[in-house]
Amino acid sequence: MLLIPCPHCGERDESEFDYGGRAVALPELDAAPGEWHQALHLGNDNEDCVDEYWYHYAGCECWIRLRRNLSSHDFIDADHSSSEVTN
Amino acid sequence: MRYSAASLLKQALGGQRKWPPFVAPVELKSSYDIIIVGAGGHGLATAHYLAENHGIKDVLVLDSGWIGGGNTARNTTIVRSDYLLPASFALKHFALQLWAKLSQDLNFNLMYSPRGYIDLAHSDGELEHFMVRANAMRLGGAEVSMLDCSEIADRVPGIDLDRNARFPISGALFQPEGGVVRHDAVAWGFARSASAHGIDVQQNCAVTGLRVEANRIVGVTTPRGDIGADKVLICAAGASARLARTAGFRLPMEPINVQAFVTEPVKPLLDSVVNYNAGLSYLSQSDKGELVLGGATDGYMSQARRGSFARIEDTLARALQIFPFLSQLRLLRHWSGTADIPMDGNAIIGATPVDDLFINCGWGYAGFKATPAVGWAMAQYLASGTVPMLLQPFSLERFASGALIDDAGIGPYPWRH
Repeated sequence: MLLIPCPHCGERDESEFDYGGRAVALPELDAAPGEWHQALHLGNDNEDCVDEYWYHYAGCECWIRLRRNLSSHDFIDADHSSSEVTN
Repeated sequence: MRYSAASLLKQALGGQRKWPPFVAPVELKSSYDIIIVGAGGHGLATAHYLAENHGIKDVLVLDSGWIGGGNTARNTTIVRSDYLLPASFALKHFALQLWAKLSQDLNFNLMYSPRGYIDLAHSDGELEHFMVRANAMRLGGAEVSMLDCSEIADRVPGIDLDRNARFPISGALFQPEGGVVRHDAVAWGFARSASAHGIDVQQNCAVTGLRVEANRIVGVTTPRGDIGADKVLICAAGASARLARTAGFRLPMEPINVQAFVTEPVKPLLDSVVNYNAGLSYLSQSDKGELVLGGATDGYMSQARRGSFARIEDTLARALQIFPFLSQLRLLRHWSGTADIPMDGNAIIGATPVDDLFINCGWGYAGFKATPAVGWAMAQYLASGTVPMLLQPFSLERFASGALIDDAGIGPYPWRH
């Protein structure tokens, strides 16, 4: 069970969120297939911590970006200084 | 030792104290023809068929844990082949044919029980989609039929067929050959057979790295020293991506947590496997009387091996929608573990960018049913050097070429597969 630190709403239960997966930078639409392969399929270099998107549908209705340790489920830098928020 | 009525009687007279260990103790050699990393069902099945079908016995199977301690013996034991895409169907259907005679082949009772698999549809549209899948399965040689609600009621007493339910049931796909296999016996049976053929099966010895020289595999690193090999097969489920990194390449998959549950035992009430599709929940009843339940993944990346309570609640809520009487039962056991789910949700089998290093991973939470077929085909591949037809579609290369096998048409979102 995750307690997700939403920069707007504070710590909230994971059931209030939709998962958006790994925050990867996507290439231009006309980029070579190899670049898309790299971004879509191999973005996962299996490090212990990942940047992810979450959508807080039952709260502020914003997409937020947070860094999380996959083994401990600790949110890193949860003071939101680096969290990216879009409406 | 061959198990038989005579061996049972003999051991009974000896006070049951003289049974040999089912896996012989191992003296590790400095090198082998083939090293298989991971003694789960797939790795052990590959070892068994290497010896049985191809006479290749200079093989070492290594595992960081013990036999029957991983995903092979913790899944919901269901076997079936109800897949629409030809590549997915062919592999799982060949596996069903092998499951049917595997107890005899291994001289080990796997308790294969073809009790029938019932896949519930909840709308006319879903029912039509199931018919398409059933027809594709018939073309592939499977026996399959569609059930209406009165036929479901006959087969599954206790199921809630109320038209006013939140997700009313409108029919089902029925595969009579589908059923359950005792999962830990699968690991033990393959391990025993491989060991009896002279293959070394070493437990509690983790592979910490792969040794590569001039882009060719030369062996593995373990806490007990380096071991050389002409060929290495990675068969390590959730640990595969980490191992691949030690050989210098990435795998297109992500680790996701999956959970399974067992209730307290009750008298026999369910003699088929039932899958509920309005949100995922599937269950069967074990011979001990426990109801074995599974659901969808936890829905986000995790390597924690501990489950989300939200998923427990969701899976059980769906199960209650099928069988309201379940509300009176308590959960007895609960398991969660890491599934390795690729970007198209299907397994990665075949060659890697490193010469003579092969891989079989990415089975997510759907690998148990395919165990003997993958072992059979992978042994053929390792022995002959030619990729068998059954495995060709599952190459690692498909992600770069775009020939994905996305059974559900979901896209590169492993947590949704």
